[in-house]
Amino acid sequence: MFQVRFHGRGGQGVVTAAELLSVAAFLEQRHAQAFPSFGSERTGAPVVSFCRIDDKEIRLREPILEPDALIVQDPTLFKAVDVFHGLRPDGYLLVNTNRSFGDLQIADAVAKLPRGQARAVPASDLALKYVGRPLPNAALLGAFAALTKIVRFDSVAVAIRQTFPGKVGETNVAAAQAAHDAVAVAPVAG
Amino acid sequence: MLKQIEGSHAMAEGIALCRPEVICAYPITPQTHIVERLGEMVRTGELKNCEFINVESEFTALSVAIGASAAGARAYTATASQGLLFMAEAVYNAAGLGLPVVMTIGNRAIGAPINIWNDHSDAMSMSDAGWMQLFAETNQEAVDLHIQAFRLAEELSMPTMVCVDGFILTHAVERVDVPEQAEVDDYLPAYEPVQVLDPNDPISIGAMVGPDAFTEVRFLQHYKQTLALRLISEFAGEFKKQFGRDSGGLLRTYKIDDAEVLVVAMGSVNGTIKDTIDEMRADGIRIGLVTLVAFRPFPVEALRKVLVGPKHVVVIEKSLAVGMGGQLALHVDLALRNVAGAPQVHSVVAGLGGRPITRPSLHRLFRRALVQPWEGTHFLDLNEEVIAKELHYVRKVRRSGPTAENLLRRLRTGAQKPAAD
Repeated sequence: MFQVRFHGRGGQGVVTAAELLSVAAFLEQRHAQAFPSFGSERTGAPVVSFCRIDDKEIRLREPILEPDALIVQDPTLFKAVDVFHGLRPDGYLLVNTNRSFGDLQIADAVAKLPRGQARAVPASDLALKYVGRPLPNAALLGAFAALTKIVRFDSVAVAIRQTFPGKVGETNVAAAQAAHDAVAVAPVAG
Repeated sequence: MLKQIEGSHAMAEGIALCRPEVICAYPITPQTHIVERLGEMVRTGELKNCEFINVESEFTALSVAIGASAAGARAYTATASQGLLFMAEAVYNAAGLGLPVVMTIGNRAIGAPINIWNDHSDAMSMSDAGWMQLFAETNQEAVDLHIQAFRLAEELSMPTMVCVDGFILTHAVERVDVPEQAEVDDYLPAYEPVQVLDPNDPISIGAMVGPDAFTEVRFLQHYKQTLALRLISEFAGEFKKQFGRDSGGLLRTYKIDDAEVLVVAMGSVNGTIKDTIDEMRADGIRIGLVTLVAFRPFPVEALRKVLVGPKHVVVIEKSLAVGMGGQLALHVDLALRNVAGAPQVHSVVAGLGGRPITRPSLHRLFRRALVQPWEGTHFLDLNEEVIAKELHYVRKVRRSGPTAENLLRRLRTGAQKPAAD
């Protein structure tokens, strides 16, 4: 089983991101379970969502305690909540930022992860460029596919198009493609 | 058709396949997405021959369903928590009048203190009203139980609640096989009421009954629930034949054959318990699970059959009868009443107000049942430090203030870590 925890702020599409990832896994005939953190969400408040992916039926109903990957949609959260809590030592980290891990003061935590498994992607910038709104969730999923190879990029693209038919879907797929390529092509730093 | 879909939406699609003719609802978290989606399906014409009625309260929602059902329409509504309490009088009336309304409960705690999260307090509060109550383990079962519920309700003229864990199931996006219309049509015949209000052939429903007949009316209501025991199994069997899935029934068992400890539970927590059991069995601990689907009627005979044999039974439930303890545990005790060689029953209250029930906590709990079995009610992951401080404070200070606010203040000051952590 592969478990992903999404961190973001209310209004950033954190819950939608987990759902999209689950749809991408479903399209590959896998089992997936996406769920929100069940709070009274407010715009701007820290929000958490979860996605489990497995090759067999997923029966577990506890929150994800030891994620294999973290997707952080807002880098200011590192100062607000314990984002790294429970992250497996062989885990992945994907952060939406145009700054370095050093600037975000998380270089020490990143150094504990296997080389190449922590990446920063300017997903909000890419979303602004392709979608016209700074909603980083779709772009981050493109980057996630490139980083972890847990799902194929094509599946992510289909999931985005199914959930958002028409222009919104297409522009988000373009942002996801750009983020994917940034991770897949660019050399690993740190 | 296999879909990756939110539980609420899958249920809405399943309910629509049952061809309800009247749906009335008043929104309350966490069942809202179900009726929202049904409302959308009525508006777009995906669900035909159905009237969606917005009402101003839960009391009216069920009252409208009662009226619709009495007039011969297949009627559906949904609610949760305080909404179910506000319906209470109508809940008893629907059962007493023998009207086969189907209602989803998106299980949620009851205030005060106000809490929007999952537990089973709401369903338990209405368990004696005369409805059938079926608890879903997964969203697939939630869909399937609705299809069975309409058939059971209409066959017996008895309203039925399908109880679904709020958020944990209603808001989870997962794989669900949503049946085809033709399959559901084959399984669920059109509603043929045993009593119907017809202006051309007037009757009265809802007579006043005095001491001369009230006991007999109630006895027949109780007797009908005993008939439901047989029908629930039978219709689940037919469902399996037609749809190829084990859904519903009175109860299901998991790895019980050689078990020395059996766990009894209802709802979505069964999934987490199964994973825990697999891990414990890998360590050589012989433990199994009885998943209770039907809480009303309560399957005394079926439970007795599976519970006699092992030494210990751990009943884990998301509800508390304040001043008594675990309600489900009390029911299990009843099933074992006067039975020779009955196991010891250990009661656990867990997951109240949405507290996660985790594998680490279950591991500790189940191991303790083997080495240090307890009497009375055990509260899983209780923060004993905060309780002790509050009790001490209340003893010292007469005007100690509201408990909920006091506890929140203690937790916020960071002096105590919640035990669930």
